[in-house]
Amino acid sequence: MTPPTGAVGAVAAVADPPIASPPVALLQSGGSALDPVLAPIYFLLELWSLLMGALGDATGLGLLQYGFMHRAILVGLCIGVMAPLIGTFLVHRQLALIGDALAHTAFAGVAVGLFLNGVLSLGVSPYLTAVVVAVLAALLIEVISEVTDAYNDVSMAIVLSTGFALGTVLISLNAGGLAVGINQYLFGNLSTVSAENAAILLVLFAIIVATVGLTRNQLLYVTFDETAAEVSGIPVNWYNRVMVMLTALVVVGAMQIMGVILVAAMLVVPVAGATQVSRSFTESLLVSVVLAELAVLLGIGFSYYGEATAGGVIVLVAVAIYVVAVAVGKLREARGDDDDAPELGGIDADDGVA
Amino acid sequence: MSRTEVDSVAAERNGQGISDADGEGDTVIEVSDVTFGYTAAPVVEDIDLTIEAGEYVAVVGPNGSGKSTLMKLMLGLLRPDEGEARLFGEPAHSFDDGERVGYVSQHASAAKEMPITVREVVKMGRFAHVGFGLLSADDWAVVDEALATVGMAEFADRRITKLSGGQRQRAFIARALAGEADLLVLDEPTVGVDAESVEAFYDLLEALNDDGITVLLIEHDLGAVVDHADRVVCLNREVYFDGPTDEFVGSDALARAFGAAGGILGGAR
Repeated sequence: MTPPTGAVGAVAAVADPPIASPPVALLQSGGSALDPVLAPIYFLLELWSLLMGALGDATGLGLLQYGFMHRAILVGLCIGVMAPLIGTFLVHRQLALIGDALAHTAFAGVAVGLFLNGVLSLGVSPYLTAVVVAVLAALLIEVISEVTDAYNDVSMAIVLSTGFALGTVLISLNAGGLAVGINQYLFGNLSTVSAENAAILLVLFAIIVATVGLTRNQLLYVTFDETAAEVSGIPVNWYNRVMVMLTALVVVGAMQIMGVILVAAMLVVPVAGATQVSRSFTESLLVSVVLAELAVLLGIGFSYYGEATAGGVIVLVAVAIYVVAVAVGKLREARGDDDDAPELGGIDADDGVA
Repeated sequence: MSRTEVDSVAAERNGQGISDADGEGDTVIEVSDVTFGYTAAPVVEDIDLTIEAGEYVAVVGPNGSGKSTLMKLMLGLLRPDEGEARLFGEPAHSFDDGERVGYVSQHASAAKEMPITVREVVKMGRFAHVGFGLLSADDWAVVDEALATVGMAEFADRRITKLSGGQRQRAFIARALAGEADLLVLDEPTVGVDAESVEAFYDLLEALNDDGITVLLIEHDLGAVVDHADRVVCLNREVYFDGPTDEFVGSDALARAFGAAGGILGGAR
């Protein structure tokens, strides 16, 4: 399902280890080989920037006067939608940990990108190599779980540490001038969201939202009751594969701001908060997105004015919101909103549903 | 082990042509020479079973007798080590016309903490029909009708995790009904349901069966089976009995399949 569109597909070819020489020459020219592909998105980004600039002028908010903040806010808003969207399906299958595992393999992907750039002077965004590596790792985890018949902590932990170890080794191998840039990937950074990276994120965002929008019925059924879903003719394994690949995409997309170490929090914390206060699944999806957006916007604001790392602040805000949600949930329960148990009707044997 | 006796009973039943429901005579489930084991030791062995459209069949047997495994083989959730299981004429494992099969599982636990309402659960019964699309007004009408049928209309907007086990099980039954399937497969569907509702539930199954829906019931409550099913398959790794319910009551298959426990149960009846 996933080999997404041109953007990622093209990179898969580029990131392939045995790289022929002609493309290298081609790619060395600009900072990015993808500029032509992403051109329309750059145009949208400029529009967005104009809009944010106007908003900044109107409101006098200092943080809106920088172009990088415009992009950071856009990226943050996208993360606030796609992370809880995917996270909802993961959390309710007790797969919260998979985001963390994929984030660490994405780090290995970043290291691969930096390594290739260092050795071969490719002008490839490390986020693109991260997408490729994380998607492959996601499929690996899924296939392992299909073969062994269970998602288990051990294989997840092994993938996680392998990814991180590979990343650190690759980075140390060509430590030349690269160690400088590592913090940005580990902890995320608002100010390094380049136009290219923002464009990549928008592409990932579109793929994720479109896929979930199309397959929401199947994903819900598989999440809630895998056996019944399989009986009803849904190819469960395929949807599981799609889900882990989407997770990989979310993780890489959110990494820019959140960093490798904290990215999984966005998949889990808003969803956990929404679970406390929602009654229906649709409601929990909406609430988790709202909570995540709140955390992202407040977090970016606080981190700008407080001069702190955005990823950390966003997660702290998200956790604070979660605590409030738990309190609200408990209060509601104590007030007994649900205690007026309605009459249970009899089973109506005469009324065959036909 | 008197294989011959089993065979003769089965042959007799086939000879009588149990297809009293209608003249369709389609074979819904066909299991031939199926053997399956999770490890080297088989859980079910040499199973031969044919279920025609419109039948009401109960599979009984002691705990660990392979009832649920046989059901999974029939539904294609497992692939037989030997032999073949066919569902609506197709190999069960590759059968993908899910809208023809309704399924109520034994463990109504599904996702335990997930926020989801009863109506959203029942809605899933329509997914096999709508695929990637949205539910139409007609689909929602079927959902609400199924909810009303199991007496859960008032609970439609309740979070399913806040319900009792019996209420939750009703919701899952409603989901199977909402699928408007040709075949209903129920794996100990009344576990946790209050005694009064159990009786009503079996009446509902009979009504559905009268409408031409094939019912396959996996059950350990022998009383319910004897009172309601037309045909009993008594299983303990192998098929001990396969025939009309009346003959099952008179036979010693139960005692043989259940061993000592069967004697006690039989005495209690």
